[in-house]
Amino acid sequence: MAETPNKARPLSPHIGIWKWGPAMTVSIVHRATGTGLTIGMVLFAWWLSALASGPAGYALFVDLFTYQSGKLNIVGWVVGVGLTLTLFQHMASGVRHLFMDIGDNFELKSNKRTAWLTFAYAIVATTAFWAVILFLEKPHV
Amino acid sequence: MFKALPADASPEATEHWWHQRLTAGVNLFLLLWLVASIGFLSTQAGMDNKTLTGWAAQTMVVLPLLLLIGSTAYHFRLGLQVLIEDYAKGPARAAWLVLLNFFTFTVVIWAVLSILKLALAAAA
Repeated sequence: MAETPNKARPLSPHIGIWKWGPAMTVSIVHRATGTGLTIGMVLFAWWLSALASGPAGYALFVDLFTYQSGKLNIVGWVVGVGLTLTLFQHMASGVRHLFMDIGDNFELKSNKRTAWLTFAYAIVATTAFWAVILFLEKPHV
Repeated sequence: MFKALPADASPEATEHWWHQRLTAGVNLFLLLWLVASIGFLSTQAGMDNKTLTGWAAQTMVVLPLLLLIGSTAYHFRLGLQVLIEDYAKGPARAAWLVLLNFFTFTVVIWAVLSILKLALAAAA
């Protein structure tokens, strides 16, 4: 239950003594990206409300992330690439999680390989997504 | 000697576990739809306010958007609950969990209101 912590109790070392492996990394990154995506949800809700507030309100929102020309500014780039990277990473490690939930992928080799694959997927998918947006973007009027 | 006590996981924990996986599956499809839609809008239809509001007013967009908000919100609420249970101890834990629920409902209602505004604006 919610016991009051006794800060004076002795603790054995935990995080610092273990060698970082792919499975460990993927796990904590999954947690971190999940938290990051929750902040992304707030941004999504904000975008929707800006869109619903009419052209003037939407222009104010867009202005935060773009230059006058319509190109993304540094905030737009950081948020955009950061969010897509976070999304694809959480998505990949989530699917990997589902396989482990049914008891699969516990063999050491495939477990490590799939852990690395989630990072690779995140980078490839993010690059592909932004390449499409940048090179095939409909020109602004 | 001690008799082995029957020990089942609490039904709440099992439900939490299942719902997290179910919403994960639903989220996967809905988010792939969203990414594809953004790609389509950006490359074909355009990202100006008029195109976007027109896009968001269609029923076949309103529906997955609403489902997306509901499913992802429930999913992050379940996920953050685990985070809070892991890291917060003592009276702070209850406070954080209550705050989590307020936060979830606020985000959901805020998003749903906007989606409905966009959906019904076409009728105006």
